[in-house]
Amino acid sequence: MSTATPASPANASAGTGTMVLEVRDLYASYGPVKVLHGLNFSVREGEVVVILGANGAGKTTTLRAICQMINTEGTVVVAGKRVDGKSTPEVVRAGVAHVPQGRGTFNDLTVEENLEAGAFIRKDKDLKKDIDRWFSVFPRLGERRNQIAGSLSGGEQQMLAVSRALMGRPKLLLLDEPSLGLAPLIVQDLFRRLGDINKQEGVTMLVVEQNANLAFNIANHAYVLEAGQIVLSGSSEELRNDDAVRRAYLGY
Amino acid sequence: MSTSGTDTSPGTETNGSSQSEANREAANSAISKGYEALERFGTERWRNLGILAALLIAFSIWAIATDGLQLFVQRTADGLNNGFIYAAMALSLVLIYKATGVVNFAQGNMAMFGTFIAYVLIVEHSFPVWLGVLVAMALSALGGAIIERLFIRPFDPTNHLAITIVTLAWFIILGALAGLIWAYDPRAFPTPFPGGVNDKFQLFGATVRYANIGIWLTVLGTLLVVNLLLKRTKIGLAFRSVSSNLESSRLVGIHTGRTLQFGWALAAAVGTLAGCLIARTTFLTPSFMGTVLIYSFAAATLGGLDSVAGAIVGGILIGLVETMAGGYIDFIGGQLALATALAVIVGILLVKPSGLFGTKQIERV
Repeated sequence: MSTATPASPANASAGTGTMVLEVRDLYASYGPVKVLHGLNFSVREGEVVVILGANGAGKTTTLRAICQMINTEGTVVVAGKRVDGKSTPEVVRAGVAHVPQGRGTFNDLTVEENLEAGAFIRKDKDLKKDIDRWFSVFPRLGERRNQIAGSLSGGEQQMLAVSRALMGRPKLLLLDEPSLGLAPLIVQDLFRRLGDINKQEGVTMLVVEQNANLAFNIANHAYVLEAGQIVLSGSSEELRNDDAVRRAYLGY
Repeated sequence: MSTSGTDTSPGTETNGSSQSEANREAANSAISKGYEALERFGTERWRNLGILAALLIAFSIWAIATDGLQLFVQRTADGLNNGFIYAAMALSLVLIYKATGVVNFAQGNMAMFGTFIAYVLIVEHSFPVWLGVLVAMALSALGGAIIERLFIRPFDPTNHLAITIVTLAWFIILGALAGLIWAYDPRAFPTPFPGGVNDKFQLFGATVRYANIGIWLTVLGTLLVVNLLLKRTKIGLAFRSVSSNLESSRLVGIHTGRTLQFGWALAAAVGTLAGCLIARTTFLTPSFMGTVLIYSFAAATLGGLDSVAGAIVGGILIGLVETMAGGYIDFIGGQLALATALAVIVGILLVKPSGLFGTKQIERV
């Protein structure tokens, strides 16, 4: 494992744009239990940023804190607008789409209705084009457009969750462990498609992941979270070659 | 060396012969469409309806053989009358249950209060009957929205017990308030349909009143409107999203509080309509919706508490069971009809705990 020259994705185009997300001194707690201890990080337009960390490090909490789904303190700025203290739907309206862990599809609604619900914040009527767009990216969803989401396989639900999030044309897509519970081949396929979506549509992404190898493939930048604090950050190149990261997250 | 393995370029897929690929795709999608159609046809809903229909036909033959066609038609018409009312009330219960997971015990007295408002408008302020009913429905919707905002939304939506207690409190408050304002003497409620002595026709010797037909059509129309609201409008989609997954609804930008408020308003309006339709036969008192509510609970449970279609089928069935059991089984008569209806529910729930149309509680783990 010496000559790993990862296909540096979109390095040229990414990371130069304006800030889509700025997080300053972010604290979060579940009741009396403090989980995040002052996080500082940012995501630029067009970038894919990955947050690595072990179980319980606070990865999911970080995403939930950005969306104001839990008690938080600290500043969260989305596309120049402060969203801390706002309600979750307001954060979503500011341009954040969140694919939660466990996918969170509307299981009693059909695939197509899930996508329509994903576009809830949009005022325009031109949903058809976007729906067809995502059906062409994920043909399996198109085949099952009238099936209820609860009857889909885990991989299909994950594709639906991603498509649903993108239906709102977000400025920032948050992905919470998209690989969780999926077969390795499906995960590879999913990450390849996420990479394509980032490059072709310019969708900015913040991904929380345990599968560091796959995440590095599409990420420009990475942060390592331990016990609610960022202990390491850098380009995915740097972190991929960092000894500690290699041992802890890549396993060689 | 895993990195190179995962970094497949999109080009590798298109290497194969695209012609046979396309054919295979087409064949696959045709097959999966066929299976889907089969699946839809064979869903439990149709099987259950089939069993029900068979039972109903068997009972009808027995009933006609026993007491003759005329009595059977008469009892069916009477049963349908109550059944459609129960269906409308069950629908209003289901709307709230679907969205919140809570049975709204206040629903009956909310409907009673709305019916009194209609009464005041029509009898004391000489509104045309339909206009009075519609205005009362609108005011009920407003009232439902206010109750949701002030007394339901402050509670954690997952704390079902607390919310249930709040609805019980409103059941008592509205009952007492109505007693205070309007006292307990039964009042005759005007009917919005032709209600004269001669507004009826004979069917196989049985008497069917135009007012009855009016009730059936009104409830069916209401069902249609509610269904269109839920299936074809944006707020309807939001409502179904919230019913399906509260957290995900927030994550697509739906204001869940306002959406649930819509559900409360809609349920309150439907409830008031049901009250106005049945007040003609039961007379209007502060407690007139009590029995109706119990039958409607039964109907909603029977249909599966989270199914709109189930509420309608359940309501009609309960109405029919009530009159048929009372009519055909001597010792039940009028006294035990309520108990019989409930016995039927218990029996069905023993066999199908989620009701006839309800969602089975299955979760992917």
